[in-house]
Amino acid sequence: MEKDDKGRMPAGGIIPRGGTANEYSTGGWRKLRPVLDSARCTNCLICWVMCPDSAVISRDGKMIGFDMEHCKGCGVCAVECPDKVKAIKMEEEAD
Amino acid sequence: MAIATKGQTGLTGNTAVAYAMKQINPDVFPAYPITPSTAIVEDFAGFVADGAVTSELITVESEHSAMSACIGASAAGARVMTATSAQGLALMWEMLYIASGMRLPIVIANVNRALSAPINIHCDHSDSMGARDSGWIQLYSETVQEAYDNMFMAMRIAEDTNVLLPAMVCFDGFITSHAIENITLVEDADAREFIGQYKPGHSLLNVDNPATYGAMTLQDTYITFKHQQSQAIARAKGVAASVGAEFGKKFGRAYGLFEGYRLEDAEEVIVILNSAAGTTKVAVDELRKQGKKAGVLRPRLFRPFPFEEIAKALSGAKAIACLDRVDSMSGFGGPLFNEVRSALYELDKRPKVMSRIYGLGGRDYKVKDALEVYAELEKTAASGKVETLQKYITL
Ligand code: SF4
Ligand code: SF4
Repeated sequence: MEKDDKGRMPAGGIIPRGGTANEYSTGGWRKLRPVLDSARCTNCLICWVMCPDSAVISRDGKMIGFDMEHCKGCGVCAVECPDKVKAIKMEEEAD
Repeated sequence: MAIATKGQTGLTGNTAVAYAMKQINPDVFPAYPITPSTAIVEDFAGFVADGAVTSELITVESEHSAMSACIGASAAGARVMTATSAQGLALMWEMLYIASGMRLPIVIANVNRALSAPINIHCDHSDSMGARDSGWIQLYSETVQEAYDNMFMAMRIAEDTNVLLPAMVCFDGFITSHAIENITLVEDADAREFIGQYKPGHSLLNVDNPATYGAMTLQDTYITFKHQQSQAIARAKGVAASVGAEFGKKFGRAYGLFEGYRLEDAEEVIVILNSAAGTTKVAVDELRKQGKKAGVLRPRLFRPFPFEEIAKALSGAKAIACLDRVDSMSGFGGPLFNEVRSALYELDKRPKVMSRIYGLGGRDYKVKDALEVYAELEKTAASGKVETLQKYITL
């Protein structure tokens, strides 16, 4: 967390600037991990739309993979990936 | 208004406090009136309707909402005030801790009234004493004049950048809130100059520099914020002392952390809050005429608790009775007794201390009640023994 010019935390737990959610790593919460099978993926980007943590990375209209610092393993992407394709599998982090 | 002597105005405690709020002209005033503080909200609503203040009056559906609105408005950078009593303060409970934890300098008037059950609308200190650990600064007031003056001082202490904590000004329901007293008002311009402009460090409404209030903190940071808060309320003691002295310089009525009445050479001392201190002083005057060394210590600042200063002031006493207008229901006296007795522990020569609980639910406390306590104190001072450590009086 951000400290003030005297090296103290901001009083009252205030976060004194915006856009800080990106700096908060939630990847450690994950129990299941999404794994992409690029050979099956059609780049429809439904997973990119549906991921509640914006943790699906797309570049040039293509599904690239996952931001594992913020993916918390909810499995929404795997469910929403179209039935004909099913390009995402959830695997145990522990395995 | 009653007949006033020159330069003075006859006002009830509620009217005087509402008038102080008018002079402070807060940005936001969430309102949910409750007996015996109702008249504060009524008067203030009148000021809003008459355009005498520019405050936004928010009528809410409960005291929980009133304090929530105070918190939201204060986080938005507004100067915020409200008034309440008893069940009203109790319903604010959850939010009181959030206001202090978020370091929001809200100021409320709490007109002391007994908590139910049994239901009662009259004075005791169970409401504010129940909130004593909520992180709010607490100032207690003996008279209408002091309640009025405390409003300005509370604002200054709360908003001090070394403090930034909410504050409540407490005074006795009906006894002080409804009794008319001739008081000296300060000029509007002087009041404004004394409290100054409030410059919030952050504001929820500042879209150019957005800030988050009330974020979750876990094992890694929660204790750090509580430590900061603890240091801040400890600093409020020094700030209260200097604000009270400055008030005296400016308006001729100086206030300390506590008031000592014929205390310097006193051997038998009653420690007591708010209006009942006045009754006790009358008893002291009678006893002094008889050559007895009776005195009163009346704490003004109860949170933070000025333990060193109070211990020093009581170090010459032989026997002390702490009179609480509330029972902590601990089986071990009231809060004043426990705090004062604990503060005295550091002394090499400790006075004997007893707990007396009086006046609950508005039960009268008379000069004869104080005299009876002093008679007991005299016995203890002579024998060096406390016969009855704790008991109820005025039963
Ligand atoms: S598992 Fe959940 S959080 Fe992770 S990428 Fe898929 S939808 Fe997003
Ligand atoms: S939803 Fe499935 S097919 Fe569509 S982009 Fe995501 S992984 Fe590829």
